[in-house]
Amino acid sequence: MKILTFAEQRDNKLKKPAFEAVRTARSLAAEAGGEAVALVVGSNVQSVAPGLGGYGAQKVLVAEDPRLDFYSPTAYARIIAEVAKLQKATLVVIPATAMGKDLAPRVAVKLDAGLAVDCTAIRMEGGALIATRPVYAGKALIDVKMNSGVNVLTLRPNVFSSGASDGTAAPTEKIALALEEKDFASLVKEIKQVSGKLDVAEADIIVTGGRGLKGPENFALIEQLAEVLGGAVGASRAVVDAGWRPHDEQVGQTGKTVSPSLYIAVAVSGAIQHLAGMSSSKYIVAINKDKDAPIFQVATYGIAGDAFEIIPVLTAEVKKLLGKG
Amino acid sequence: MKLAACINHVPDTATKVNIGPDGKTINKAGVTYVISPYDEFAIEECLRLKEKQGGDVTVISLGSNAHKESLRKALAMGVDKAVLLKDDSMRDSFGVARALADYLRELSPDVVFFGKQSVDYDNSAVGLMVAEMLDLPSVSVVVKLDIADGKVVAEREIEGGREIAETKLPAVFTAQKGLNEPRYPSLKGIMAAKSKPIEERQASAIQAKVETLAMRKPPAKPAGKIVGTDSSAVPELVRLLHEEAKVI
Repeated sequence: MKILTFAEQRDNKLKKPAFEAVRTARSLAAEAGGEAVALVVGSNVQSVAPGLGGYGAQKVLVAEDPRLDFYSPTAYARIIAEVAKLQKATLVVIPATAMGKDLAPRVAVKLDAGLAVDCTAIRMEGGALIATRPVYAGKALIDVKMNSGVNVLTLRPNVFSSGASDGTAAPTEKIALALEEKDFASLVKEIKQVSGKLDVAEADIIVTGGRGLKGPENFALIEQLAEVLGGAVGASRAVVDAGWRPHDEQVGQTGKTVSPSLYIAVAVSGAIQHLAGMSSSKYIVAINKDKDAPIFQVATYGIAGDAFEIIPVLTAEVKKLLGKG
Repeated sequence: MKLAACINHVPDTATKVNIGPDGKTINKAGVTYVISPYDEFAIEECLRLKEKQGGDVTVISLGSNAHKESLRKALAMGVDKAVLLKDDSMRDSFGVARALADYLRELSPDVVFFGKQSVDYDNSAVGLMVAEMLDLPSVSVVVKLDIADGKVVAEREIEGGREIAETKLPAVFTAQKGLNEPRYPSLKGIMAAKSKPIEERQASAIQAKVETLAMRKPPAKPAGKIVGTDSSAVPELVRLLHEEAKVI
């Protein structure tokens, strides 16, 4: 088995899901018998490439060109597929980030490969690669046998462990690129960052507010708790549809699916579609006046009481614990 | 402008999913099927582009006769033509994309729109596979779209912000919530849709590239602890999070 992992970078810095993917690929290669190499694509990425060795990459291929500074699905997909062919990779692993989910289908078609998206587990069974992935917004799981000669997997972020770097510097190899204008048929020109805000998709702690907060001004409670915890603010569909919070905070079936270590649902009833977006969180806390609210069925811990009374006290207690009080 | 929206007919998002007798697919009994919600944004965007810039909108779906219900709803929203690519089998993303691409190659639209993912299998793959098969540029997860003289400026959602992407028609887009507000079919539209034809074609056959071995429910969560009913329970909650869960 030869595994090629696409290690996503933004601003020439590797993203955490890239380390998770590299580590997972190396473990799989060790189990199945084979080699795991990584690929970094960008305008100035040579210096970050060796660091992937610390997460298990046995070699890092570097595709560097000033035109690759911003993301282009057509150019990046072409590079990944060509490198996979050159390396004779039988498996391509890509983090299931916004970029990864955009790339994987194109790469799969270019390689005539089987594709499994947003996997939460992978295993070898009788010499075959089996990927487990959520369907129906996580209400069910399917086990998919990756039968093709070449396969592509995307891994859900924050599910596979990256482990700590052991400091190994991987050897690198520069890829000779012959990029043409038509490779940039679709090209990102600019990134609008929502300033200072941690995205729920990247947060390990999320505090979500629901309609029980009664009005947008009460989200200040959620923001304060999230800040003290170093987490992101999430929103239920009801408060997004009511215009209290922006759509990029929405957690749920028509929002984002998240798997943080800690999810605190405040005044959220727990509709099926919301649970679908967060029930795979490692620990769930529910604060809701209604002890029969469905959210308590998935919560690890809960307080069946008034959020307006409880949240300020919770924020203060956490501050005390973390020495921030 | 020739516009095409590809839609799927899927269980509605309030469905309680149970595993069917084959152990690999959902139990269909009692399930309500609808247009996949993200596909509604795709249909709506095509209708708006037609209203602003002229042209016609074709809606396409691959599947059994049951998909005609969703195609009729799209016709009632105002699309001009509906096509059913007939296939009763279970296809993977590759198989769906191949059949759609074969039809779209013939139709040759300027804009092909999908929802960002189908809410049954959540693969987010078919639209982009079709783009690759047709050798067209794409922008996925689009929340804002401007097309003028064949030039496209699109905003797509990424972690912590948005990318502004540029491309030219013909191109493929996948729609994210927030792109627009899909219209409700008018009574006039519903009545008119009853007599609009749905063209039926046989979908091209294809070998699946992945095999679903089993579908199962996620592992049951152990019962949680309700530690109290007011703020006096907070210190215990914090203690549990710190000492037991070790997440803070």
